[in-house]
Amino acid sequence: MRRRRSTELTLTIAGPVILLLVWEVLSRTETINPLFWPPPSSLWETTKTLFLEKDLLGDIGISLYRIIAGFLVGTVPGIALGLVMGLFWPMRIFLMPLASAIYAVPKIAVLPLVIIMFGIGELSKIMIVAISIFFLVALNTMSGVLAIDTQFRDVARNLGASRWELFWTVALPGSLPAIFTGMRLSLGFALVVIVGTEFLAADKGIGFMIWQSYQTLRIQQMFVGLVITGIMGWALTLLLDLIEQVVVPWRTAGEEA
Amino acid sequence: MPSPYSMVNKRINTPTVMAYVKGTSQSSAHDSPPRQPALVKSRTVDSGARVVARNVGRRFTTASGSVDACVDIDLTVEPGSFCVVVGPSGCGKSTLLRMVAGLDHPTTGTLDVSRLDGRAPTNAMVFHGRTLFPWLTLQQNVAYGLKLSGMDRNARLARARELLGMVGLVDFQRAWPHQVSEGMRQRTSIARALAVNPDLLLMDEPFGALDEQIRYLLQEELLRIWERTGKTVIFVTHSIDEALILADKIVVMSAHPGTIREVIDVPFPRPRFMTEVRSDPAFADLFTTAWSILREEVETGGAFTEGTA
Repeated sequence: MRRRRSTELTLTIAGPVILLLVWEVLSRTETINPLFWPPPSSLWETTKTLFLEKDLLGDIGISLYRIIAGFLVGTVPGIALGLVMGLFWPMRIFLMPLASAIYAVPKIAVLPLVIIMFGIGELSKIMIVAISIFFLVALNTMSGVLAIDTQFRDVARNLGASRWELFWTVALPGSLPAIFTGMRLSLGFALVVIVGTEFLAADKGIGFMIWQSYQTLRIQQMFVGLVITGIMGWALTLLLDLIEQVVVPWRTAGEEA
Repeated sequence: MPSPYSMVNKRINTPTVMAYVKGTSQSSAHDSPPRQPALVKSRTVDSGARVVARNVGRRFTTASGSVDACVDIDLTVEPGSFCVVVGPSGCGKSTLLRMVAGLDHPTTGTLDVSRLDGRAPTNAMVFHGRTLFPWLTLQQNVAYGLKLSGMDRNARLARARELLGMVGLVDFQRAWPHQVSEGMRQRTSIARALAVNPDLLLMDEPFGALDEQIRYLLQEELLRIWERTGKTVIFVTHSIDEALILADKIVVMSAHPGTIREVIDVPFPRPRFMTEVRSDPAFADLFTTAWSILREEVETGGAFTEGTA
């Protein structure tokens, strides 16, 4: 068991390390153009400079703020709507075409509309994230409710559960795994949308920083932005995993003797 | 037919009983002295619900027409007795049980569940398959019905612990259902139903998914629990064998539509032990009687030909 774990760890780290090594070698030998593909080792200095002399931390902070705020604004009503759609079939039938259609629209396409509605300030950035994940969370929550075995409802009713108790003790906990799946997908969406939004309509944030670096041909700086975006996504997913372990302990608990 | 109320526990020193007592750990050892007199009392005073079905039928209407799950069910289950329903697949056994539980309603006839003292009877069902809530620990699962009834947290968890002790699972109270074996899950389901102290215990093939040895153990465990608590039990199964070991009365049902073909009284004395029941010559006779009826039903009822087609 322990051996398996150490092998897993090695393999996990090996992927990125090999990629970086190959990149480094190709770049240093000028097999690929170092102007566009600067060697990864050179990014370190750039990162330090960005943190110390430019406000990279501020860029990261504002992007994280937009993602998390938008995530909350989108997720909470999304879960609520999903539960309603899952529990009441007329609502499901009524809202389904709308939800599917809106869900299919590329979210960045509604940015102009969002700016018209919410202005060019922070609110529009938060709202574009919220809007893009709202239906994703709602539809996942709904399918989570629908996937709950009807026997659980029978058990609860047989033991005297009211409608309200049925909701709190069966529908909600039963759909939590699906809700978390929806949130995990949403996190990816949120990151894509916020970077895109910051490309187009922001004067701060990690997306803005990447776009500006590209326009001024500071390629190394651009790469730093990309790496940081990746790390942000990874860290947010990790955070969500930790929350899931607390909220949905039965799904994450391993086998016992 | 001997009265199910007889509590002559002359076999207290037999190995079977000892094994059982050992298997249920410390809680039964602590509780048994005060429990005994209380039990005798609960048995002499009426406990358990009476179920009376008159011409009960249930028709399901679907887009492709209507199907009678069961028709003309006439059945009386006396308070405190153990009634086992056997029949081929699709004979409406589960439908009948759901109607008794109040989860479904007859489309014809009347179904009456009552207590002799006039109070409203309670029932709890042990469902077929995996029905422990995956999001609750074994202890929380057992405490679930008590939570709904408004018992405070500490009291209900203590009661759940006691019941898990009765089915030998105290050490697993904090485990999640997916972490324990099918047999343990099924015992927990039984404990969950017993926790609310129902007058009527309804069991829908509770041991269906278990291997034979575990089945034997749980059948005896169930008998011991039933003997102590005096509840009315309606138990649905495929197995004639299981029916003969558990029942006071076996209801044999026919398929398509499900109705009662025969009611067989099972005369073995209580408390029952499966080795004794199995070695009783009457066991073979009753098995033959029940099987000859069922065989006819399975063959003519279409279940057999459908199943092999």
